[in-house]
Amino acid sequence: MTALTQTLAVDRQTAVARIAPSKGADRLFQGAAYASALLVLFVLAGILGSIIYGAWPAFSEFGFGFLTSSAWNIGTEQFGALPAVIGTVAAAMLALIIGVPISLGIAVYLTQLCPGWARKPVAMTIELLASVPSIIYGMWGLFVFAPLFARFVQVPVSNLVEGMPILGTILYARIPSGVGVLTAGIILAIMIVPFVASITRDMLDQIPTVLRESAYGIGCTTWEVVRHVLVPQASVSIIGAIMLGLGRALGETMAVTFVIGNANRLSASIFDPGSTIASRIANEFNEADGLQLSSLMALGCLLFIITFFVLIIARLLVRRAKVA
Amino acid sequence: MDASNPIATAGRAPTVSRVRPGRRVADRVLILASTIATLLGIVVLGSILLMLIVEGVKGFSPSLFTAPTPGPGSEGGGIANAILGSLVMTFLGILIATPIGLMAGTFLAEYGRTSKLADIIRFLNDVLLSAPSILIGLFVYTLMVRPMGTYSGWAGAVALAIIATPVIVRTTEDMLRLVPGPMREAGAALGAPRSLVIRAVTWRAASAGIVTGIILALARIAGETAPLLFTALNNNSWFNANLLGGVPNLPVMIYQFALSPYPNWQSLAWSGALLITVTILALSVVARFVIKDQRPR
Repeated sequence: MTALTQTLAVDRQTAVARIAPSKGADRLFQGAAYASALLVLFVLAGILGSIIYGAWPAFSEFGFGFLTSSAWNIGTEQFGALPAVIGTVAAAMLALIIGVPISLGIAVYLTQLCPGWARKPVAMTIELLASVPSIIYGMWGLFVFAPLFARFVQVPVSNLVEGMPILGTILYARIPSGVGVLTAGIILAIMIVPFVASITRDMLDQIPTVLRESAYGIGCTTWEVVRHVLVPQASVSIIGAIMLGLGRALGETMAVTFVIGNANRLSASIFDPGSTIASRIANEFNEADGLQLSSLMALGCLLFIITFFVLIIARLLVRRAKVA
Repeated sequence: MDASNPIATAGRAPTVSRVRPGRRVADRVLILASTIATLLGIVVLGSILLMLIVEGVKGFSPSLFTAPTPGPGSEGGGIANAILGSLVMTFLGILIATPIGLMAGTFLAEYGRTSKLADIIRFLNDVLLSAPSILIGLFVYTLMVRPMGTYSGWAGAVALAIIATPVIVRTTEDMLRLVPGPMREAGAALGAPRSLVIRAVTWRAASAGIVTGIILALARIAGETAPLLFTALNNNSWFNANLLGGVPNLPVMIYQFALSPYPNWQSLAWSGALLITVTILALSVVARFVIKDQRPR
């Protein structure tokens, strides 16, 4: 209301000057708005275009073999995407396996269990986790988490599974340094939790209270309300939220670069170092030229395709998730 | 899961809740698990802050804010050049992103509304919002660094602007949509052209929310490292006033110094990390308090 009154005052002051409202200024303003909106389209097209342009030499040199080759030899200029692609997908999947249950737990806690006075501070704490820069997660992962993880998880587990058929391969650390694909997955899980949790919480909050109350009214336990009322109501949005988290995990760079160990080979053990597309680009791009640079661009192109595919599905499922 | 007869259970222990044990166990497990999940989140944030404070405060001294970063293996020095470089690039990034984001958000909320084009732009903006920032670094590298033949603060600022813009577009649109239609109609009824109604009525009514969006964007780009790696790079001295050549900045400095073998560099990295995290968390908290009353629900 005050804004309206102020506006009236402004209008009265400028009324004389605006006897003939200038069509030009109005058009100009609308044009600027239109152009700015179109710029968003062009930026996205520009990202794809520039990456394909940069990647072209690698794609024409290696063809489809680029996808299936696991070579990464700077001397002989042989490059392949397989280890990085597998590392990216593996780390992101581990992040989902670990992060999604935690996110759902937090969302359930905040919407169903948390006492009213604690709700806002707890929700804010979780959301603040989302604004911590990824490089800080990298430092935390490398200097705080990795030593603990090596000592209390990698060493005991490796000793336990040594010599066992399948587990002895997947869960065996040749050098228990704490860094590796699983460590990256865990750090990524921590990074996606605030996103998935806060979107899920919003979706759960939007479910009419009447539904929840009637379920409690017929004697349902919290578990039954969550399992049979809330989850079915919000399932599409929750899957969308998980996909958003996946999109973030796939493209995350700095935190992963710190903790994944940056090994170029393919290993069957999730305790062993590996690399993701993003970490490989971050590590090598500044020293690269020629075919190596182009191959890194080609990796970027693959990342673009994978993440945008995931993000588009996610955004179709959660039409309007929030910004931060 | 549980085969025992509920009536028998109730008969055996009439004072206990009449909920079947299986149901009760599932319920308790859920409550326990979700409480632990929440505690885990709080513990991780606490642990990160504790680590930063313990390691970061040690390096605090006046020279941290006055001296440039030292060479490899040498003692002393500070991170003043990185702080200034970060401030300059973040500020330039916001300066580029704000008008574009504001106008694009205005288009979506006021002009485009439900048109096909607005729908597409809105959707792609949401996708861009969570696009991997390293790809934006590659884009700006191809767009600016390669043609110009040098890393530059301008390239860094443009990369940051590309990350900030979708945030501003999104919050601006959301906030403008909260402004009631009758206010626009009242403006129009007074004979104000559409652009004046937008500037004097809707923008003004939504100003707090729009400012929040800009603060959120600021918090988002202040700690971005990946897009600066190939655009602004880093530099162990003061940078050129024309921003050409490597421009030192906190995130890339932290990345390089934290992984270096020199204790002095590591200590500077910790101090920089503390500084940047506290700044970003403060910005996010401020943004949340401003947005509190306006968040769309």
